Amino acid sequence: MKLKPETLQRIDEIIPHYPVKRSAVLMLLHAIQEDVGFISTEAIEWVATKLELQPINVLEVVTFYPMFRQKPIGRRHIKVCRTLSCALRGGYQTCETLEKEFGVHRGEVSADGEVTIEFVECLASCGTAPVVMVDDDLHENVDCARARALAAQIKQEAARRG
Amino acid sequence: MPAPAQRRIIFRHIDEPGYTNDLACYVRHGGYATLRKAVTMAPAAIIDEVKKSGLRGRGGAGFGCGLKWTLVDRKSGKPIYLIVNADESEPGTFKDRYIIHQDPHQLIEGIMITCWANNVKQAYIYIRGEFPVGARILEKAIAEARAAGYVGPNVLGTPYGCEIYVHRGAGAYICGEETGLIESLEGKRPYPRIKPPYFPAVLGLYQCPTIVNNVETLCHVKYIVEVGGDEFAKIGTPNNTGTRILCVSGHVQKPGYYEFEVGKITLGQLLHEVCGGPLPGRKFKAVIPGGSSAKVLRFGETFTLKNKDGSARTLAVEDIPMDFDTMAACGTMGGSGGVIVMDDSVNMVEALANLNAFYAHESCGQCTPCREGSLWMKKITSRMVHGQARAEDGTLLKSVADQIAGRTVCAFGEACSWPTQSFVAKFGDEFKAYPETKQAAKPAGATDLV
Ligand SMILES: Cc1cc2nc3c(=O)[nH]c(=O)nc-3n(C[C@H](O)[C@H](O)[C@H](O)COP(=O)(O)O)c2cc1C
Ligand code: SF4
Ligand code: FES
Repeated sequence: MKLKPETLQRIDEIIPHYPVKRSAVLMLLHAIQEDVGFISTEAIEWVATKLELQPINVLEVVTFYPMFRQKPIGRRHIKVCRTLSCALRGGYQTCETLEKEFGVHRGEVSADGEVTIEFVECLASCGTAPVVMVDDDLHENVDCARARALAAQIKQEAARRG
Repeated sequence: MPAPAQRRIIFRHIDEPGYTNDLACYVRHGGYATLRKAVTMAPAAIIDEVKKSGLRGRGGAGFGCGLKWTLVDRKSGKPIYLIVNADESEPGTFKDRYIIHQDPHQLIEGIMITCWANNVKQAYIYIRGEFPVGARILEKAIAEARAAGYVGPNVLGTPYGCEIYVHRGAGAYICGEETGLIESLEGKRPYPRIKPPYFPAVLGLYQCPTIVNNVETLCHVKYIVEVGGDEFAKIGTPNNTGTRILCVSGHVQKPGYYEFEVGKITLGQLLHEVCGGPLPGRKFKAVIPGGSSAKVLRFGETFTLKNKDGSARTLAVEDIPMDFDTMAACGTMGGSGGVIVMDDSVNMVEALANLNAFYAHESCGQCTPCREGSLWMKKITSRMVHGQARAEDGTLLKSVADQIAGRTVCAFGEACSWPTQSFVAKFGDEFKAYPETKQAAKPAGATDLV
């Protein structure tokens, strides 16, 4: 595992925010996942050493919290909200539309490695349901037509990247 | 009666054209003047103002904010921590999002006033992992406030110093429960702690006295210090003071966030007038008034409540004021202010199946009744909607739910059983008839809920 210098710098900034090093576990895991895409066994051991913990202390955190993953995902991470307010406004159809557009089922990576689609619980934007997050960005009122436009945009960005 | 006008205090600048989330804009609008005033006041005097204001927590439980602060153990000699609950994970709730993204300095000012009043030297904002942009905005705002002397050592030139740090969660609903949150902030799985003895005010973060308050609550604190507790108590209704943000989602014409004086607007006025009524050709069927864990209300049911003088009054669902006490008297709760509306296109078995999937996914798994019960409630409603419904399933669901509430470490036990209990109690016919109706064509325009 090779972390970028800015990740290492960020990690060294975060740890002193807490009187007890262990508290920094979640923030370190976020920093590493943002840098390398997922949490490897090596990363777990690295965090454990850094915070003077046992690897199991880090592993139990990684396996509990839904946002941490132990495998790589697609280049773009699409999260569709599944919970009631979004479902009432068509969230399930939005998810199915995106699945069709990318030819991939929720929970899986597309064959070209471009996207992972995930059904997630309430994203706290129920008033603009249905909502979708693409990486860090929230998209609101994503009905089927908007879902298709969003998919086209993601495909275009992929093509441009080559 | 026409609905009263909104009274925007906390959301005064939300969506205002030209209002930006940087320090300069906040200060231009009078920002940090209240912190300046606060540091000239004795901490005890501020706590007194908050007590006088009658402010009740906006995170869900509606606990008195001043009372919570009085319970803090100030004799232990240990540091006192403040944790800002920015987990915003109760389905149907989306108010703190806008404060964090559009007006972060309002929150930071509220935090600093609270810290001064309670002699807190270190505060953490626990923000849900799915707000990565919000976390960056807060970090930038804290850095700006620090550079300008509002946060950090020597706040506004006084000997008092206090730091604020942003801590991100990672997608678990139970981190909103205050003791689960504390465990999470300690770098562990967010298993809620048993109370007693682990009341945060006495044994919280690192076993030190800790105050946990919601984002919106702390913004109200800022306003209370600005206008005084007595002035604040005049807003709203007795025992339900101030304004609150109501988040409306689901089947209304104009979903969104609205700020009203607590108890001055009824559910009917909110949904029919403010939110424009049901979608074209539809009728309201049910409403969950305080976040997904609140018990559902059925349009058409009535409630007979006792007045102070002993006489009785009867309320329809539309007549219930949006406050804490009447909602509780009607068997539900004002909770987090998240109002989820369902119209007559909704099948209640399917709506419950959606919610049960949420709770089964989010139980932390620590207590057997909750872990197993939430999973079985999900399995039953899921089996029902997948063509295997039995007429007795409603009774079965109720018996599972009844064995959870009251038997668990944290209030998630109630949160996950209340939907099932109330859906089955109020829409029992639909559960009984589901084996036959499941095949019936969905009404036009109905969406899939599972
Ligand atoms: C299962 C569960 C989830 C909760 N989620 C949240 C939440 O997302 N945000 C929040 O502010 N409070 C949440 N609460 C309430 C907190 O435990 C706590 O009461 C609140 O943060 C106190 O702040 P307040 O007094 O300012 O309302 C939750 C409670 C439970 C039982
Ligand atoms: S009630 Fe449920 S969520 Fe709360 S501690 Fe028990 S298992 Fe965990
Ligand atoms: S239910 Fe989808 S954002 Fe809340």
